[in-house]
Amino acid sequence: MAITTVPGTTRKPGRPTPPHTGPQRTSLGRKVRDNLTGHAFLIGAVLCFVVFSWYPMIRGIVMSFQRTRRGETTWVGWDNYSRIIADPSFWPAWQNTLYFTVLALALGYAVPFFVAILLNEFRHAKGYLRILVYLPVMLPPASALYLFKFYAYDPSEAGLFNAILKALHLPTSQWMQSPEMTMPAMVIASTWMNMGGAVLIYLASLQNIPGELYEAAELDGAGIWKRIRHVTIPQTRLILALLAMIQIVATMQLFIEPLILANGAGAEDSATSVAYLIYQHGFFQNDLNGAAALGVIMLVVLAGFSAAYLRLSAKQD
Amino acid sequence: MSVPQYRKAAALALVAGLGFSLTACSTKSDDKDTNAGGKVTITVDCQPVGAQKELLKNWNDDVAEFQRQNPDIVIKSVSVGEQCNNPPDFTARLAGGTVTDVFYGYMTDLQQVLDSGQAMDISQHVNKNTIPTWDSVDPALKEVFTDGGKLYAVPVKNYSMGLVYNKALFQQAGLDVNNPPKTWGEVRAAAKKISALGNGIAGYSEYSAGNTGGWHFTSLLYSQGGQVLSADGKKADFNNPMGKQVLQNLKDMRYGDNSMGSRQLLQWGDLLTNAGAGKVGMFIGAPDATQAIVSQFQGKFQDWAMSPLPGQDGLAKGTLGGGEGYFFKKDLTPEQVKAGLKWIAYQKLTPGKGQFDYVRAKPQNYPVGLPQPLLFANGSEAQKQELELRKANANVDTANFAIFEATPVPIKGEPRNAQAVYAVLDAAMSGVLTNPNSNIDALLKTAEEKVNQLLAAES
Repeated sequence: MAITTVPGTTRKPGRPTPPHTGPQRTSLGRKVRDNLTGHAFLIGAVLCFVVFSWYPMIRGIVMSFQRTRRGETTWVGWDNYSRIIADPSFWPAWQNTLYFTVLALALGYAVPFFVAILLNEFRHAKGYLRILVYLPVMLPPASALYLFKFYAYDPSEAGLFNAILKALHLPTSQWMQSPEMTMPAMVIASTWMNMGGAVLIYLASLQNIPGELYEAAELDGAGIWKRIRHVTIPQTRLILALLAMIQIVATMQLFIEPLILANGAGAEDSATSVAYLIYQHGFFQNDLNGAAALGVIMLVVLAGFSAAYLRLSAKQD
Repeated sequence: MSVPQYRKAAALALVAGLGFSLTACSTKSDDKDTNAGGKVTITVDCQPVGAQKELLKNWNDDVAEFQRQNPDIVIKSVSVGEQCNNPPDFTARLAGGTVTDVFYGYMTDLQQVLDSGQAMDISQHVNKNTIPTWDSVDPALKEVFTDGGKLYAVPVKNYSMGLVYNKALFQQAGLDVNNPPKTWGEVRAAAKKISALGNGIAGYSEYSAGNTGGWHFTSLLYSQGGQVLSADGKKADFNNPMGKQVLQNLKDMRYGDNSMGSRQLLQWGDLLTNAGAGKVGMFIGAPDATQAIVSQFQGKFQDWAMSPLPGQDGLAKGTLGGGEGYFFKKDLTPEQVKAGLKWIAYQKLTPGKGQFDYVRAKPQNYPVGLPQPLLFANGSEAQKQELELRKANANVDTANFAIFEATPVPIKGEPRNAQAVYAVLDAAMSGVLTNPNSNIDALLKTAEEKVNQLLAAES
């Protein structure tokens, strides 16, 4: 019978066995000592999470049940929640946010995938093309959005997009000044800004697909669409599912696009998102408690969505 | 040392470093009121930023001179940006308790400051001994910063809105610069002529985003004789013929005459950037808007003049007024409060010193001769001195503001819960300025319902 050694379990020669002071204490103490370096390096990350993520989150939840007036903080139960739900902008903000999420999923999710497939097919200048696709990610989001605001979405005919539409003899648009175009325009800008990262992840995933699968599909007479449908998509399903969830969670937190492109609420409130409404309440309306309540509602919605999504994905697997 | 020992040492150093860092972060400074020399130290915000070279030098010179005159006081200046009260930053500082000992705020900030619990009642400290010109300060301005009979801030600036117009564009358009529009009908006619100059020039420009649209709607409504909320502050009161007239005037100019430019959803900086570039014929604003146009947006003083806010059929029935002051952080020692008041008295409320040092400002690129602030009460000694100095050192053509100054319009303050109401009214303003088919009745009805919902939820 062959004896196998699990890597990392052999004791180094010359290291004395610590004396037994009790079964549990010894084991814990040894574990801590053995992994001292790891624990020490972990402390920084844990502290960062505690100070900058978990504490604010708990503080936000607590604040959502309080009201501060005249420097006095009192517990008000669900008052902030009922007040924020009664805010006339509450439901429109959710509608706008969901609309953006759906549009972003349709455009911002599909486009990077097909760009990655396209890039994967290129035999020449691969590196240059990847840099080109990734470049917008390197641009600070605020700068990218100002570029769109002042050059692409200028509602006059001097605007880049309107000049292109005019050259093509197509009707021009008011872009951010049109309530109907506000969301599509924000999705276009957002997709352009963020697509590079997703493309790189898809590319990495595509390159892991064994070439034989495509060869077999080709021998079976599959065209490009059939190869994508029956080979590429099933082989990248996990990455696709993960990115879909990340994208939905990220797009639901829509904030910087309305803030810069629409100067806030946009034409007739067409750009007001849930995150922007939180900002309005917290920083303009002297209502940090209402903002906290809305933040908690958003947290619950996103956590619920993520849990349901992960459960569904697990079931499919 | 073996490799594992090095690792242990590195880990211990890391832990110790983190510990020290956290300790440093959590250490509360206890030297805030006095230092070893027995001096009283106060921190004061709104120091000009580095880009405002002359203003910054003036401030620093004032601090140096004040400290020379008061060797027992140390002023620590803090800059919080070009706009001393950018609402999100201000709210964050209040919520985080990081405001300076003596901190700047708008007149409309009183409730927010009181709610945050960061301000102290300074009633017992403010008098002629701490601020020599205190009896001359307009009582109406003191009242704005008073709540429940207690004074929480010292007013240092005030304004009211009028029609700001570009004389150069008026001349190019063949309009009489000495006879600016007095009614909204005349504004419309003038805007049409100015925009006919082409080159992307808007005859009249208006805000409609970032809550500034609601802010200006309020002033335009006051000009019609209206009010945003009912007298008891419990109901919206703008869905009426006056509110409709405000929006109709704008819609007529925007889409009837195409005299407001194509780019809308403007907020403060957008409009003033266009104005500084000579692309705006008229807009409503306070006299210090011309200062911002020159100092921040590269415009020229000689191009700008001001007249009273127009009304529908004659002079405006009212205009929006506001201003700013300095609050005092809670828990300051009486010595610190007195030191802070002394500083404000020197820098903000003494004719010939600080903001009223017109001799110093005259050769600089900042206006002397604007008709505001009007901090001192009519007929008071301080007002006489200030007006004499202003007249003697004017570096702007005071004739440009003579009509505004000579024709006072009743000033009304901002409504309760102003920012929330303004956010709702932004939608009505953006509606008429971005949609040629907008339905004014529907826009006002929606805004009215929203404001009423909002007020009901608040109460």
